Amino acid sequence: MTIPHPAPETGPFLGKLSLDALPLHEPILVVTFIGVVLGGIAVLGLITKFRLWGYLWTEWFTTVDHKRIGIMYMILGLIMFLRGFADAIMMRLQQAMAFGGSEGYLTPHHYDQVFTAHGVIMIFFVAMPFITGLMNYIVPLQIGARDVSFPFLNNFSFWMTTSGAVLTMISLFVGEYAQTGWLAYPPLSGIAYSPNVGVDYYIWGLQIAGVGTTLSGINLIVTILKLRAPGMGLMKMPVFTWTSLCSNILIVASFPILTATLVLLSLDRYVGTNFFTNDLGGSPMMYVNLIWIWGHPEVYILILPLFGVFSEVTSTFSGKRLFGYTSMVYATICITILSYLVWLHHFFTMGSGASVNSFFGITTMVISIPTGAKLFNWLFTMYRGRIRYELPMMWTIAFMLTFVIGGMTGVLLAVPPADFVLHNSLFLIAHFHNVIIGGVLFGLFAAINYWWPKAFGYKLDVFWGKISFWCWVVGFWVAFTPLYILGLMGVTRRMRVFDDPSLQIWFVIAGIGALIVAAGIGAMLVQFAVSIWRRKELRDETGGDPWGGRTLEWATSSPPPDYNFAFTPVIHDLDAWYDMKKRGHQRPVSGYRDIHMPSNTGAGMILSGFCLVMGFALVWHIWWLVAVSFVATIAGAIIHTFNYKRDFHISAATVTAVEDARTRQLAAGA
Amino acid sequence: MPSNLPRFFARTRLLPLVAALPLLSGCGLIVLDPAGDVARQQGDLIVLSTVLMLLIIVPVMALTIFFAWKYRASNKDATYKPDWDHSTQLELVIWSAPLLIIICLGAVTWVATHLLDPYRPLARTGPGQPVAAEVKPLDVQVVALDWKWLFIYPEQGVATVNELALPVNRPIRFRISSSSVMNSFYVPALAGQIYAMPGMETKLHGVFDKTGDYEGFSANYSGWGFSNMRFAVKSLPADAFDKWVAATKASAEGDLGRAEYLKLEKPTHKEPVRRFAASDPQLFDAVVNMCVEPGKMCMHDMMSLDAAGGAGIAGIGNVRQVTYDKFAARGTVDVARWGMRYVAAYCSAPVMSNDRPDAKPVAPAKLKGEGLPHPGRPERTALNAPAAPRPMS
Repeated sequence: MTIPHPAPETGPFLGKLSLDALPLHEPILVVTFIGVVLGGIAVLGLITKFRLWGYLWTEWFTTVDHKRIGIMYMILGLIMFLRGFADAIMMRLQQAMAFGGSEGYLTPHHYDQVFTAHGVIMIFFVAMPFITGLMNYIVPLQIGARDVSFPFLNNFSFWMTTSGAVLTMISLFVGEYAQTGWLAYPPLSGIAYSPNVGVDYYIWGLQIAGVGTTLSGINLIVTILKLRAPGMGLMKMPVFTWTSLCSNILIVASFPILTATLVLLSLDRYVGTNFFTNDLGGSPMMYVNLIWIWGHPEVYILILPLFGVFSEVTSTFSGKRLFGYTSMVYATICITILSYLVWLHHFFTMGSGASVNSFFGITTMVISIPTGAKLFNWLFTMYRGRIRYELPMMWTIAFMLTFVIGGMTGVLLAVPPADFVLHNSLFLIAHFHNVIIGGVLFGLFAAINYWWPKAFGYKLDVFWGKISFWCWVVGFWVAFTPLYILGLMGVTRRMRVFDDPSLQIWFVIAGIGALIVAAGIGAMLVQFAVSIWRRKELRDETGGDPWGGRTLEWATSSPPPDYNFAFTPVIHDLDAWYDMKKRGHQRPVSGYRDIHMPSNTGAGMILSGFCLVMGFALVWHIWWLVAVSFVATIAGAIIHTFNYKRDFHISAATVTAVEDARTRQLAAGA
Repeated sequence: MPSNLPRFFARTRLLPLVAALPLLSGCGLIVLDPAGDVARQQGDLIVLSTVLMLLIIVPVMALTIFFAWKYRASNKDATYKPDWDHSTQLELVIWSAPLLIIICLGAVTWVATHLLDPYRPLARTGPGQPVAAEVKPLDVQVVALDWKWLFIYPEQGVATVNELALPVNRPIRFRISSSSVMNSFYVPALAGQIYAMPGMETKLHGVFDKTGDYEGFSANYSGWGFSNMRFAVKSLPADAFDKWVAATKASAEGDLGRAEYLKLEKPTHKEPVRRFAASDPQLFDAVVNMCVEPGKMCMHDMMSLDAAGGAGIAGIGNVRQVTYDKFAARGTVDVARWGMRYVAAYCSAPVMSNDRPDAKPVAPAKLKGEGLPHPGRPERTALNAPAAPRPMS
C-alpha cells in the first residue's frame, strides 16, 4: 500500500477532469455504479412506460404547493438516508474486520471518504431535508394558511437542496469525496494537504444546499409570523409551530456563518489566500471556531422541531392538554438563545485557558435545564391522561428513555477535564448518535406515523411499524452501547485498523446492532409498501381526524385540498381544533368564493440545475463551464422576474365540488 | 473544594453503582483506571458527574415507565383529567431540580477545570504526595509528523520516534507541536489529550504513578496514515529510565539534525521505533516557528519585524520567505527555491521555549495597536526605526 500522490494536471477544456477520475480501480464502486445505472434505467423506463413524465413535471417538479414540496423533501431525505446508512454499514464492517494485522476491505483512501460522506450526508441531506419537509408540510396547516409566504422560493429551496445532494452523490462515481471528516478542518482540508477534488465536492455541495436551507428558513419564519389565522396570537400557536419558528430563526442566523466559512476555505483553495493556512498569518483555529459557531446551533436546528412533534404526539395520545405550554415555549426560546453560547465545547482540547473552558462547559450544562423542563412537561402531560399506544406514542416513549441517556453523556462531555479523556473517542460518537438517533430520528418516525394519514388519507400498517420500532430501538442500543464502552477504553474515532485484539468483540457486537437497525429500516420500507398496497383497508374513515387531533391540521380533509382550508378558521384557544370540536363547531357548507393561488413554475428546477452544473464545473476547474452556467443562472433568474403568469384562482364552483364531496364523506363516516 | 475533590469522591465510592465501575474497569477501561494522577482525577470526575446526573435521570426514567404503564388507556381506574395543564408548584420543581444539579455540577466543573488545566504545572504526583519545590519537571518536546510521533528530550539530548519512555513519579511537561496538520496528543493512561497544531505550541502536564507499558496515539484524524499513528509509552523506574537514555545515546541511528528532520518529516506510516543519540537543541523551536529549512525566516523573526512596524513595501520580498506549505506540502521543498528574499535573517534573540514561562503574560502592545501607522506621524518601520529600537521578543 503506497501513500497516494496527489494533484492531477489541469487541462484547458476539462479542467482537472479526465478518465482517471473514474474510480475503476475500486471494485466496490464499480459494482455500486452498475447497480445504480441498472436501477436508474429501470426507474426511468417505468416512468416512460407509464407515461408519468408529464404528470411528474406538472404535478410535482414544478409545484409550489407546500404539501407536495414537503413530501418531496421527505423522499429526498429517505433516499439519502439509504446512502448514508450504507456508509455506516461499510464502516461497521471494516472496523469489525480490521484486527490482528488485517487491513479490512477498505483502503484508507476509500474508508476516509466513507466516514466523511456518512457524516455530511446524514446531517445535511438526511436530517435537514426531513425536518424541512416536515415543517413545510405541517406548519401552514397548523396555522390555517393556504401556503407558505413565498411559494416559488419554496420550490427553488427544495431544488437547491436536491442539487447539493446530487453533486455530493456524483462524487461517488466521478472523482472522490473529501477525506477530512465531516467538518473538513484545515490545514488538512487546505489545498496543501488535500490537493484533489474531494474537498471541493464537499464545499460546493454544501454551498448549493445551504442556499436552499437559508431561503427555506426565511420563508418559514415569514410564514409563521405573517400568515397565522385570525385569533392565533403567538401564545396560541401549536408547540410544533413554535419549535419550527425557533429552529428557522437558528437556520437564518447560523447558516450564513457556514457559508462565509466555506467561502473563506474556498478562497484559500482556489486563489491562494491565507485565512486558514499554517503560514502567512492564517489560523486553522479560526476555522474550527467559525464552523462550530454554525455547528452547534445546527444540532438544535435538528432537534427543536422534533421536540415540537413529541409535544403534539404526547398531548394527542394522552388525550390531554399539553402540560405547561408557556414553560415549554420559554424553554424552547432559552435553548435557541443558549445554543449560541456553547460552541467552544467542541474543542476544549485546543488549549484555551481554564476559565474559558469552564465558561463554555457551564453554559452547555445550563442548556440541560430547559431541556429537562421539557422532558418533565411531557411526563406530566402523560400524568392523569388516557395514553393510547399507537406507533407515534411508542416512538415518543422510546425517545424519552433513550434521549435522557444521550443528554446525560452530553453533559458529562461538557465537563472539560472529562472531555480531555473522552474527546474524539467512540464515547463521543455514541453520545451524539444517542441524541440524533434517539431524538431526531425517533421524532421523525413518530412524525411520519402521526401525519402520514393527513398526507395520504390512510394510516400506516401497525404490524410492520411495530417490527420496525423494536428493531430500531433494540438495534440502536446494541450498536452504540459497545461504542460507549470502547470510548472508556480510550478508543478514538475514525480509526481504520486496530492492534488490540481484545477490542474486536465490541466492534462485532456493534456490527450486529447495525444489522438489527438495518432490519428496522427494511421493516419500515415494507411498512410503507404494505400500507400503500392496502390503502383501501387502512383508509381513515373519520374524514381527516384519525387520532382525535387537537391542532388545526386535523380540521381539514386528508389529504388536504390544494387550498388547505375553504374558509380561513378563526382561533379562540390554544388547541384550536379540539376547542372547535368541543364548542360544537359546524363546518360551513356553502358560500364558497374563488381562492387566489400561486401558479406552478419550472424556474426553481431549472435555476438549480444551472447551479448544479456550476458546482460541478467549479469542482473540476472547468472555467468556461463555470462562466456559462453562472451567466445562465443569473439570466434565468432575471427572465423569471418577467414571468407574469404567477397566480390563478380556484373557482368557487371547484371549491364547492371539493367541499361537497367532503360533506358527503363526513356524513357517511358519521 | 479543590483538594477535597478526590476525598469527596472517595466517600461517594460507597454508592453501589460507583463500586461497580472499578469492576468494569477490570476489562480494560483505561480511562477509568489509568496509571497517572491526572488521568485518574479525570476518570474520577467522570464517575462523580455521572452519579450526580443519575440523581435526576433515574427518577425521570422510572417516572416515565410508571406513568406510561399507569395511565395506559385500558386502565380505566386511573384518574383522567383532560383539561389539567398547569401547576405552579410542579413548574417550580421541574425547573429547579435540574437547576440544582447543574449548580453542583457547575461548581465541580469550575474547580476541576482549573485544577486539571493541562497548562498548569503539577502540584502533586498523587494524593498526599506534593511535588517538592526543587523538583524540575522532565521536559519532552512532541512533534506530530505525517504519520508518526517525534519526541525530543532536551535535558537528555536524545530523540525518539514512536517511543515515549518516561520516569515514573516525576512530573512531565510536554511541549507539543505538529509539522503539517492538526493531531491530538493522547496517552490515556497518563493524562487527557491536547491538540498538536502546526506553527503553534500547546502544553500538557502529567505524571505516571505506575510503571508499565502503555499506548499513545493521535486522537484527531489527520489524513491517510492516521490509523497507524500510534506510539509505545513506557513508564520506567528512575534507574531504568537512565539506562534507557544511555542506550538511546549509544544508538546507531545517529543524530537528529535539521537535515535528518526534514527527511523524517516526509509522509510515512507504520514507522518503526527509532532512537536518535543526539538532537539539535534548537530543533523544536525551529519546528514551531516553521523554519527548519536552513536559511528560512522564522515566524518569531517575522513577528518581531512586524511588531516593530514591518519592513514596509520592501517586506513583500519576505512573503515568499515565510511561506511554509503553500507551494509544496510537508517539507518537500528544496532549499534552492527560497530564491528572492529581502531580509534573509533578522537578529532578534533566538527564543528558546525552555526559557519561556508556562503562562505567558499578555503583550499589551498588540492590544493598543502599536505598530500600526499613526495618522499624524510618518510610517515607522523596522528599516527606518527610531534610534533606540524596542527590545525584541
